Amino acid sequence: MSDVFTIGFLTAVLAAGVASGAAILYAALGEVLAERAGVLNLGVEGMMLMGALGGFAVCVWTESAWIGVLGACVVGGLMALIHAVLTISLRANQVVSGLALTLFGTGLSAYLGASLVGRPAPDSFTKLAIPVLSDIPRVGTILFKQDALVYLAYIVVPALWWWVYRTRPGLNLRSVGENPATADAMGLDVNRIRYRYVILGGAFAGLGGAVISLATNPGWTENMTAGRGWIAVALVIFGTWNPARAAAGALLFGAIEAAQFRMQAINVPISSFFLNMTPYIFTIVVLIIATRQTRRMRIGQPAALGVPYVREER
Amino acid sequence: MSQEVITAPAADAGPRWRLERVSKPSLAAQILVPAFSIVAALVAGGVIMLLAGENPVEVYRAMAKGAFGSSYNLSETIVKMIPLLLAGLGVAVAFRMRLWNIGAEGQFYFGAIFATFVALYMLPDAPSIVLIPAMVVAGMLGGGLWGGIPGVLRGLWGVNETITTLMLNYVAILFSEWLVHGPWKNPVGFGFPGTKTFPEAAWLPTWGTTRVHLGLVFGLVAAAILFVVLRRTRWGYEISVAGESERVARYAGMATSRNIIIVLVLSGALAGLAGMSEVSGVGHQLQRSLSPGYGYTAIIVAWLGRLNPLGIIVVSFLLAGLLVGGDQLQISLGLPAAIAPMLQGTILFFLLGADILTRYRLVRVQPEVRA
Repeated sequence: MSDVFTIGFLTAVLAAGVASGAAILYAALGEVLAERAGVLNLGVEGMMLMGALGGFAVCVWTESAWIGVLGACVVGGLMALIHAVLTISLRANQVVSGLALTLFGTGLSAYLGASLVGRPAPDSFTKLAIPVLSDIPRVGTILFKQDALVYLAYIVVPALWWWVYRTRPGLNLRSVGENPATADAMGLDVNRIRYRYVILGGAFAGLGGAVISLATNPGWTENMTAGRGWIAVALVIFGTWNPARAAAGALLFGAIEAAQFRMQAINVPISSFFLNMTPYIFTIVVLIIATRQTRRMRIGQPAALGVPYVREER
Repeated sequence: MSQEVITAPAADAGPRWRLERVSKPSLAAQILVPAFSIVAALVAGGVIMLLAGENPVEVYRAMAKGAFGSSYNLSETIVKMIPLLLAGLGVAVAFRMRLWNIGAEGQFYFGAIFATFVALYMLPDAPSIVLIPAMVVAGMLGGGLWGGIPGVLRGLWGVNETITTLMLNYVAILFSEWLVHGPWKNPVGFGFPGTKTFPEAAWLPTWGTTRVHLGLVFGLVAAAILFVVLRRTRWGYEISVAGESERVARYAGMATSRNIIIVLVLSGALAGLAGMSEVSGVGHQLQRSLSPGYGYTAIIVAWLGRLNPLGIIVVSFLLAGLLVGGDQLQISLGLPAAIAPMLQGTILFFLLGADILTRYRLVRVQPEVRA
């Protein structure tokens, strides 16, 4: 027990947390984009599962993990397209459509992936130490002995933040989610922008799935995301629809997940069933704190979130 | 991003079509559109199966035979209909108020856990007439508690109930796994994770030689009561108003926070009753993987039944058939049972998409002549 909370343990936990947090991170970034455009997509779990399966299947087929990642993005984007058609064009209820997407993705991935269970991955993302940077004590181990998909996240997070807050298209994106009628009056094609970001969001969720099936646990097993898609949805609220804050949250969750595995490995006298509960309970706690904070600071969700835009009914 | 700048209305010349909101959809539309969407969804599901290399006609025939083909199969479908009906009613109550309770799965487990506690540890020697009502109350309490936590969080602090209810599913399932692997494990269970078998006084009576149990009556009675409460009482009216707009309800002086908590407790209690019926009527013990996702299927049941208790009775029977048929596929054709949830998702997609046909109608508008 005494060796649980040493610096070495913490470093190992944070390093593993960065790796496993990447999956949640990509999914959360995707959801930030969709929700910023005013479309709530609760299908993240389903899109992640289909992305994980699609990525792994393409990797098995082409023997390239990178082409697998591409496949995962395409599959995730196609799943999101279903949601886009239903909620944007056909004005269906966004909550129920997202739930349907999760159920569909869970079932379809289990059905189509049955023959891939237990297949070894022909290629996967392995840890690459970045010269010089990885030699920094602690920080080097935590941040710069990771796989390529984690390094990609280091670029994607600031890039998305800049896109959302500092560019014209980012301003358009935010205006479509906040006040679609005004955006429309300004000449923006509200529904086209929404389609674009919902599909992009799905591609990110698929990428998040691929992180699991091609990097952290190479292979395919039924339901392998185990609720991470839902945690990503919660992180969007925690991150107040800001890509950078969502990234911080994802790191926190990754660390909790990693700590839980480490504690099981060193036989901490707590039942593994209770250790396994921690990410879910923590999500609830974080959500409570985040909700109270956003209410106090008056930074709410995008004003038009969940509302289809119909020009005649505005 | 220059292409986003001012797109002129394209159809200025000639007549064009426009969607116009219908205030009250016709009964024919309300029945024909869902029926048509289910058929279309089965066709789409068939296409997926074709692409996966299966013969969909054969698959559907095997499913239909497995679900409704003999009186035994039909009775098994009714056994699976019971948890779907009760949990579906629970989900529908919450959805009516636009409270997205997707935690029926966890509430189901907590109902089962509480009922098990009563049967094995609190009143193990009580006669049926005492024990079963006590288990009903305990099951509803367990589910109500598990629905009440998100209810209080949402009612008092506005915490998003979709995520809290879902997260509590994982917690409930892990808790029940801990019980059946640990403190409540049957000492003579040959390593199979489950509790001791309940005393016979804790078993719900069954119909003849089938496994259909009294839970069916619970479900039908609950549906009837809800139908009346939702349609005919002031409270039923209040929650539909709050569902339409929380602000309107608040201005009208309705106690929305309190109603949110009550609705989520009630919603959880119904799912808890489903869990109680399952352990008391079917397995006679708490065991691992008690539910094959009844709580999630219940969401589809509720929406497909248009949140109407009577519709939910019909839909829970049909979706139970889909589940039983899916299980049979494993036995008869060696296919994964996951075909059933895949089809459920597809059906829901088509229903959602087709909904626009009941809410809107196409009208032809002549272009206005502009001066």
